[in-house]
Amino acid sequence: MSAIFDKSTPGKSAFPVPQYDIPDFDPVPERFLGGPPDLIDVDEADVVRHYTNLSHMNFSVDTQMYPLGSCTMKYNPKMNERLASLPGFADLHPLSGDACSQGALRLMHDLARYLAEITGMYEFSLAPAAGAHGELSSVMIIKKYFQEHGERRTTVLIPDSAHGTNPASVAMCGFEVKEVPSTPEGDVDIAALELMVDENVAAMMLTSPNTLGLFDRNIRRIADVLHGAGAFFYCDGANLNALMGITRMGEMGFDLMHVNLHKTFSTPHGGGGPGAGPIGVVEKLAKYLPVPRVILEGDTYRLDTGYPSSIGRVHSFYGNFLVCVRAYAYLRRLGAEGLRATSETAVLNANYLLAKLKGAFHLPVDRLCKHEFVLSDRGLPNGVTANDVAKRILDYGFHAPTVYFPLLVEGAIMVEPTETESRETLDAFADAMLAIRAEADKDPDLVKKAPHCAPVKRVDAVTAARRPVLKWDD
Amino acid sequence: MDYTGITDSDRAEMLAAIGVKSLEDIFSDIPNPLRLRCPLDLPGPLSDIEVEKLIGGMANANRIMHSFLGGGAYRHHVPAAVDHLSQRGEFLTAYTPYQPEVSQGTLTAIFEFQTMICRLTGLDVANASLYDGATAMAEAVLMTLRGGEKKNVAVSGAVHPHYLAVLRTYLWANGIELREITPRGGITNAPSATHAIDSDTSALVAQSPNFFGCIEDMEALADIAREQKVPIIQVITEPLGLGLLKKPGDFGVDIACGEAQSFGNYTGFGGPMLGFLAAKGEYMRRMPGRLVGRTIDESGREAYVLTLQTREQHIRRERATSNICTNQGLCALRAVAYLSLLGNHIGGLAALNHRLTALLKHRLEEIGFDPVFEAPFFNETVLRIGGARGIAERLRREGWQLGLLLEDMHPGMTDCLLVCATEMNTPEEIDSLVHVLKGII
Amino acid sequence: MSLIPDNLKYSKDHEWFAADEDGMHGACGITDHAQEMLTDIVFVELPEKGMEVERGERVAVVESVKAVSDVYAPVSGVITDVNTELENSPELINSDPYGQGWIFKMSIKIPGELDELLDSGAYESHAASGD
Repeated sequence: MSAIFDKSTPGKSAFPVPQYDIPDFDPVPERFLGGPPDLIDVDEADVVRHYTNLSHMNFSVDTQMYPLGSCTMKYNPKMNERLASLPGFADLHPLSGDACSQGALRLMHDLARYLAEITGMYEFSLAPAAGAHGELSSVMIIKKYFQEHGERRTTVLIPDSAHGTNPASVAMCGFEVKEVPSTPEGDVDIAALELMVDENVAAMMLTSPNTLGLFDRNIRRIADVLHGAGAFFYCDGANLNALMGITRMGEMGFDLMHVNLHKTFSTPHGGGGPGAGPIGVVEKLAKYLPVPRVILEGDTYRLDTGYPSSIGRVHSFYGNFLVCVRAYAYLRRLGAEGLRATSETAVLNANYLLAKLKGAFHLPVDRLCKHEFVLSDRGLPNGVTANDVAKRILDYGFHAPTVYFPLLVEGAIMVEPTETESRETLDAFADAMLAIRAEADKDPDLVKKAPHCAPVKRVDAVTAARRPVLKWDD
Repeated sequence: MDYTGITDSDRAEMLAAIGVKSLEDIFSDIPNPLRLRCPLDLPGPLSDIEVEKLIGGMANANRIMHSFLGGGAYRHHVPAAVDHLSQRGEFLTAYTPYQPEVSQGTLTAIFEFQTMICRLTGLDVANASLYDGATAMAEAVLMTLRGGEKKNVAVSGAVHPHYLAVLRTYLWANGIELREITPRGGITNAPSATHAIDSDTSALVAQSPNFFGCIEDMEALADIAREQKVPIIQVITEPLGLGLLKKPGDFGVDIACGEAQSFGNYTGFGGPMLGFLAAKGEYMRRMPGRLVGRTIDESGREAYVLTLQTREQHIRRERATSNICTNQGLCALRAVAYLSLLGNHIGGLAALNHRLTALLKHRLEEIGFDPVFEAPFFNETVLRIGGARGIAERLRREGWQLGLLLEDMHPGMTDCLLVCATEMNTPEEIDSLVHVLKGII
Repeated sequence: MSLIPDNLKYSKDHEWFAADEDGMHGACGITDHAQEMLTDIVFVELPEKGMEVERGERVAVVESVKAVSDVYAPVSGVITDVNTELENSPELINSDPYGQGWIFKMSIKIPGELDELLDSGAYESHAASGD
C-alpha cells in the first residue's frame, strides 16, 4: 500500500476553515512566523478510502481469534465505545473544575473502589496510562517509602520469566535488577530466593499467574520471605484475567500491583494503545500514590492534591479517563458473577486448548495452566521454528500466538485464547495448529515460507534496521 | 449475561476433554487458604440498557458549557471521518503490530504519523507517540541523561505546571536536580537560563508557545544552549501553532516534544492524550518508544515494520532507552487522519484560532480586563480582573467557562485567567460572553 | 560447525583476539559462532579511539534485529583503531567475522593477560558447552 502522501494533489481540500470576518487585533510578529506548511492536499474521500483500505491489512479481534499470549485479546464490547464517546465525557475539559466534572469523578472513584475489591488492595490510582507506566509509578512508591523511612535499599528482584518492562521500570528508578531463577516446574526457586533476600532488597516483582500461565504454588511463602526482610511484593497484574473472583492479590500477600484495563477489562488495544495501568496498594502505601486523587466529601467528589508524601504527578491530567469509562461499563455489566465466569471460562478455554495441543507440540511444564499456556518449538521436524508456526497460522486466518516469550523457554509459543472465543473457534484453532504440525513433517517449506495468504509476505526486518527509513520522503 | 462464548454442554465436554470433573478442579493449583469464600462485593450485573442509563447519567452529571479553556488540552472540531475511521474494528481491536504481515494498516498509519510530526517540527525522526505531553517531556529529558554523568536539568518556569510536576517526579526517582528558571514578563529570562546551566546540566527545556500563551524567543534560547554545549528541548502543548509559527528545526532545537491531542482527539477529561517526540537524526538510537520503518517483503513489495527494537525493554530490559511498551496507537491514527484531512489548511486554521483569541482579548480589555504580559502570544493569553474567582464562578452558573484561574497553579498570579479561543468559538459567542460579563461586573 | 581459526586467541564471551607479532598490539572481533547465534547483524556501536579499557570492560555493542550483545575487551589496554566500515556495513561481521568484520584494534597493557585467553581447542569446547 502506498502512503497517503502519494495521493496529495495541490488544490484538493478536505477541510473548510471557517471564514469569519474578524480583524487580527494582535498579529503574531513577523520574526516568529514560519514558512508555509509542508503537509498534503487530499479530498475527504481520498482519506476515508486510504485508511479503510489500510484497515483491511490488519488482523484484529473484531475479525479473527487473536490468541496472543500475555496480551488478553478478548472481545471488546461495542456498548463501551458508545459510552466513551458520549459528549459528557469526550468533550469534558480536564481543567473544568470539580463542580463541572462530578459524573467523571464519580466514575473514577467507583472504578478505583471496584478494582480494590477485585484485587484485595486498599486503594487505587487511575493515573498511569499503561501497564509499564503503572509499574514505574509503583517502583517510585517503593523508593519513596524507603526514602521516608531512612533506608537505602538498592535492589529489586525479578524472576527470569518476567516481562521486559519490569527490569526497565526498575532501572528508571535507579534500582539495580537481580534475576531470580525459576524451577523446572515454572515456580520461583524459593531456595535461591531466600539466599538473595537481604536488607538491600527493596522489592520483588512477580506476574501472577506467572508468564508461563502457571499459578505459583509457593506464592504465600515468597511473600513471607520478602516481608520477613522488610521488602515489598509487587504484582504485575497482566494476567489478572485468570483470577477474578477466585483469589486476590491481597490474599496472596502482594503489597502493590498494576492492572491492565486493556487486557482484563476489555478496553480495545487500539493497535498499541491507549491502554490504562491503574495501580493498587495496601493501606500503608496509600499516602504515596500519585496525585491528584479522587475523594468523596459528603456527596461531592473532588480532585485532591494534598498528599505531602505522594510521589507526585505522573500524567498531564488524571490518566486515560475514556479508557476507564469503557472498563467501568464492562465491570457494571458483568458484576461479581460475570467477572468470576469470565475468569473461569478463560481458564477452561486455555486448558481445553492445551489438552488438544499438548500431544503435538512440546510442553515444557505439564500441569494445569491458568488463562494461557506455553508450548515450544523443540522437536519440530525439518528446522521448523516457533516463528514459522506463527507465520503459518496467519494463513489459516488466526492471529499468531506470542512467540519467543517468556525468554526462559527456548522457542516459546504462548497461547491465550481468552473467554470470549467459542468452542467452535477453539476447535478450529486447534485443528489449524495440528495441521501445521503435520505440514512441518510433510511439507516444511510450506511452513517456513509462510505466510502465503497475508496482505504481504515475510517482511525484511533486517534491512529496516540496517538502513532505517523512518519517514516518507518525496 | 457475560461475554463468554461457551454453552453448558460445551463446558461439560470441555472439562471431560481436560480430564477433570468440575470448574473447581481447574483451579486446584491455587492453595485453599487463598481461595475466596464468598463472591466479590460488587454491584450486581446489569443489562446493556441499564448500563447505558447509568453511565449516560454520569456523563450528564458533567457540565459541558461555552468554554474558553486551554492550558494543555484544546477544544477543536473533529471531522466525522476521524471518528468513523478510528472506530473501524481492524484498527480499534488490533494489538501492537508485532506480526507485520497482518498489521500493515497500523504500521503504515504510524509511519505516516511519524512523517507528519517530522514535517511539522522540522526534525529528522519522530516516534510512534507516547502517553501524553508531560511524560513525553520527561522522556525527552531522560534521553539527554541516559548513559551520562549529568546531574541537573534547566527548565523554564513557563512550562506547563503539570509537566513540571511530572518531570519532578521522574527526576526525583533518578536523583537528578530540576533547576527551574523563573520567567520574567511571561517568558523565559535569558540571563537566568544562562545562569542555570553548568557543566553538570543535561539539557535546557522551554515551552513555546509557553503555558501563558507567550511565544518564547527560541532562537535566543537555542543560542544559549549552543554556547553552553547542552541540547535544547522545545515543549509544545498546542501543535496547531506549528502551522503558523517557526518550527523547532528552524532554531536548531535538538528535541521537540509535547501534546498532539489537538490533532483529532477529544479533550476527554484529559485522557487519552497523545504525546509526541521528535529529534535530530543523531538521537535516533536514544529515542524511547516504538519506531516504524519502511522496508520490503520477500516479494520485493514496500512494507512497514517496527524497527530499532533493540532500544526497547522487551530486548534490552534494564538497559532499554525507556520502559515504554505501547504507544497511543489509536490516538496517533486519529491524528494522522485529522492531519490528512486538514492538510495545508493547518496554517489557516492556526491563524483563525489566533485571531479569535486576539478578538476575545480585545473585547475583554474593553470591559475592564487587563493584559498581564506584553510578550507576543499565540492562541491563548493571560488577563487580569479584580475578583476573578467570583466572576468565573458566576459565569459558570450562567453556563460559561472563562479560562483557567492561575492562582491555583501559580500562587503569585491572583486574579489572573488563562483564556483560549479556538475555531469552536464563534465571534457571536464572544459577543454573547461579553454581554453576560457586562451583567456580572 | 562454525569456524575457529587456530592462530587466534579467544575469550569466554566469544571475542577473538589476534595479537601482533610484537605482542604489544592486537585486533578484536566476535567469533563465527557468536555471529551465527546473533543472526543478521544490523548495528555496531564502536568504542572511541584512545579509550583506555580494562580487561572485561564493555567496549562495543553488536545488535541483530532481536538481540543485543556486548563486546568486552579481551585484555587491558588502549583502543587504537576502530572499524568504521561497520557503521555502514555491519553485515561484514556475518560474512567475514575474522577478517573485514574486525571491530577494534588495541594496545596490550599487560602481556600476561594474553596467556589467560583460550586457544582454539579450549574455545571449541567452551562454545560447544553452550555458554
